[in-house]
Amino acid sequence: MQIQPILAALRRHKMATVLIVLQIALTLAVVSNAMFIVRTRVVHLSRPTGTDEAHIFAIRNGWIGSPSVRQVDARMRADLDALRRLPGVRDAFASEAYPLEGGWGLLARVKLQPEQRAHPALAIVYFADQHAMDTFGTRLVEGRNFRADEIGSMGPYDKLTPATIIVTRDLANKLFPNDSALGRTVYLDDGPSAIVGIVDSLQGPYAGSTTRTIDEDSILVPARLADPAGTVYMVRSQPGRLDALMRAAPAALFAQDRLRTINPDGGVISLIQARAQGYATDRGVAIMMAAVCVLLLLATAGGVVGLSSFWVSQRRRQIGVRRALGATRGDILRYFQVENLLIVGAGVVLGSGLGVLANLALMQRYELPRLPPGLLPLGAVLLWLLGQLAVLGPARRAAAVPPAEATRSV
Amino acid sequence: MAPVRAERLESRDSGPSRMPVQRASMIGHYVDLALRSCRRSKALTALVIVLMGCGVATCMVTYAVFRATSANPIPWKSSQLFVPQVDNFGPTNNNAGEPSDLLSYADGTVLLHARQAKRQTLLYTVKLAVVPGNPQQQPFSQPGDAVTGDFFALFDAPFRYGSGWDVADDDQGAAVVVINGKLNRQLFGGNNSVGREISLDTHLYRIVGVLDDWQPRPRIFDHASAWDAFGKPVQIFIPFRRAIDLQLAPAGNVICGARKDDPAVPDWDSFLRSECTWIAAWVELPAPYDAARYLSYLHNLAAEQQRIGRFDWPPNVRLRSLAQWMEVERVVPKASTLSLIVALSFLTICLLNVVGLMLARFMRRAPEIGVRRALGASRGAICRQFLIEAAAIGLAGGVLGLLLTAIGMAGIGLVFEPQIAALAHLDTSLVVSTVVLAIATTLIAGLYPTWRAAQVQPAWQLKSNG
Repeated sequence: MQIQPILAALRRHKMATVLIVLQIALTLAVVSNAMFIVRTRVVHLSRPTGTDEAHIFAIRNGWIGSPSVRQVDARMRADLDALRRLPGVRDAFASEAYPLEGGWGLLARVKLQPEQRAHPALAIVYFADQHAMDTFGTRLVEGRNFRADEIGSMGPYDKLTPATIIVTRDLANKLFPNDSALGRTVYLDDGPSAIVGIVDSLQGPYAGSTTRTIDEDSILVPARLADPAGTVYMVRSQPGRLDALMRAAPAALFAQDRLRTINPDGGVISLIQARAQGYATDRGVAIMMAAVCVLLLLATAGGVVGLSSFWVSQRRRQIGVRRALGATRGDILRYFQVENLLIVGAGVVLGSGLGVLANLALMQRYELPRLPPGLLPLGAVLLWLLGQLAVLGPARRAAAVPPAEATRSV
Repeated sequence: MAPVRAERLESRDSGPSRMPVQRASMIGHYVDLALRSCRRSKALTALVIVLMGCGVATCMVTYAVFRATSANPIPWKSSQLFVPQVDNFGPTNNNAGEPSDLLSYADGTVLLHARQAKRQTLLYTVKLAVVPGNPQQQPFSQPGDAVTGDFFALFDAPFRYGSGWDVADDDQGAAVVVINGKLNRQLFGGNNSVGREISLDTHLYRIVGVLDDWQPRPRIFDHASAWDAFGKPVQIFIPFRRAIDLQLAPAGNVICGARKDDPAVPDWDSFLRSECTWIAAWVELPAPYDAARYLSYLHNLAAEQQRIGRFDWPPNVRLRSLAQWMEVERVVPKASTLSLIVALSFLTICLLNVVGLMLARFMRRAPEIGVRRALGASRGAICRQFLIEAAAIGLAGGVLGLLLTAIGMAGIGLVFEPQIAALAHLDTSLVVSTVVLAIATTLIAGLYPTWRAAQVQPAWQLKSNG
């Protein structure tokens, strides 16, 4: 197949050729970036929290009448006792946020020396007690759980200075990349805290719609945060008892005392519901981007079909002449296929450049990672296939032009 | 040259009085021609219309969401509303040179009492439990803000019954409250409840005003504190001084510990004295020079703090307008800007596509154009004919786009969170802009093909076909 005559013919249709090339280029740039966003979102929203999500629910409990820190602590202990005694409850503890909640976690700066100059690592705090591991359903990989005598009580203005903490494996590796973090000392607000245990994985409550780097860096602090504003009770149910417990647990708390608020809409929430809510935006963006990609590819294919048909109809006489001069049907078919290959090829080269530029812009504004190297070639192959598919119909019609066409209308 | 002569001929022949009549009848003729040509190349026409419809609909649906999320909640007054910021963290602890979004108690109260603006308010989010009079009913919590009396006039909050409180109430920290429409319906069945009392967190408050379901979206006024731009509307407003006296801890954003010399905060009083920032402030400055004056006041205030040794850095203050504040706070969800960008590139691709297809449509009719030109039609006449054809296709694309937009709006709840989806709706302006966008885009897409059509040389076409 000779490429020279194809190029010569394209030169006579400069504008139409430029239009298709531009269209293919833009399509590649948009589709590759959009698919990349879809992929990062899907990965993001399917990350596990490291907990027994199917059996856990959280109760956001507010206190009425500005009780003192000591009163709050006493009421929290009584509430936890009541919750743990409920039939169907496997375990329960109190914290100030729950996984997948999004937003209001307590951020801690973890320093390796008390007077550290370098930027400290950030981590998210869960207040916990000896029941927290069993309630989360997370696994200790090193060290030990908290002991009952380690569990303190904190007011909202107290500094965070626990003697012992448990951290996630992810945070342990970040703090001490070269050796085990177990038994090492770190500094939160002030005083030294010894790492007594390392858990497999436990996601913080932030899991919002951006790709945060500290989602897996959690610290368990052995204390009840007796905040007069309110607390979160985390409850893990026995299998099959979740729904019944989500109604029974708030009723049991109101039976303890009535000076509390548990909002009827959203005050009691299972982690499954929290996951659906927390990732609503990510799911939405993924669905929309995917839909736009499909529409875009269809539009591009439609454009190729339309313009190829036009070219075929314009060149009926030339095709007839070529056929009369001995070109086979296959020759004509291949002519249009190669022509399409060349046009899409030019579009792909231009589009790859545009795609990288668009990715760089998105990285700056939307904290997206860099495009993986395999994605653009994949998009290119996809567009080549799409182009060939789109041109097949018009090319076959061209091949069907009889040699006698050369003699018509002359 | 034939075309030039034809043009001159036409302009000489048609008298000024006859011209409009002729033009009008010609437009009818062009529309007829457009319909005929559409019937001849059905597939190509359908393709163009579908492409325009899809492109326009995608744009309009995402634009509706974007509009709903980025709209100015108080457009008639936003240029007069400003957020003052004072850097009390210093260059080593502030966020890349920017002062905190919120003020410390010390700076906030100084601004409030200085009264350097027409109106000023301090604000922080509090969590209050409403305890219904009927003991059978569960107490429930509602989003609340502690504000000063100026707040309601500053944001033009509409009152259904009563009004805000006065300066005396502010100064004494009176037990008064303004509630919003929903809470008034819940507790009083929507009747005038001014003068009645409600129990918030076991304290009694006298209702002085009921708002008329005020819910500016996005909720920018307490965003720095509450971080809930598209959440439920605030139902309870109590005096700032009252909340401080009751030691109501902020339920929203508190930024502490950014300074090394921060005293420990074991209790409420030391919290108020600390450099923690947790108070949002707004000032109303009607005239443009007021803003410049207020900024220099802020500057002097910070300089004074440097002089007395509280700040060991030069004044670092900001005075941002509401529009600027919306950018600083990034209230527009990233998803909605991102989808608007994707939709715009989608429309661009459709546009390129349509240019190509229109070119094909028009050039296919080169012989017809040749004949028309040879029979005396000017280039202008050819242009008019083809632009009318483009507009007709654009109109059809707009109607299809409208249909698809309506479908898309119904499906918006699948994609965006319910509270955002509820904001986006199909209204007259969206309908009009859909159709206008479709026609405008198709006309733009038709410009180049039309120009090419007008370049057709009559003699050449006739020869090559003869």
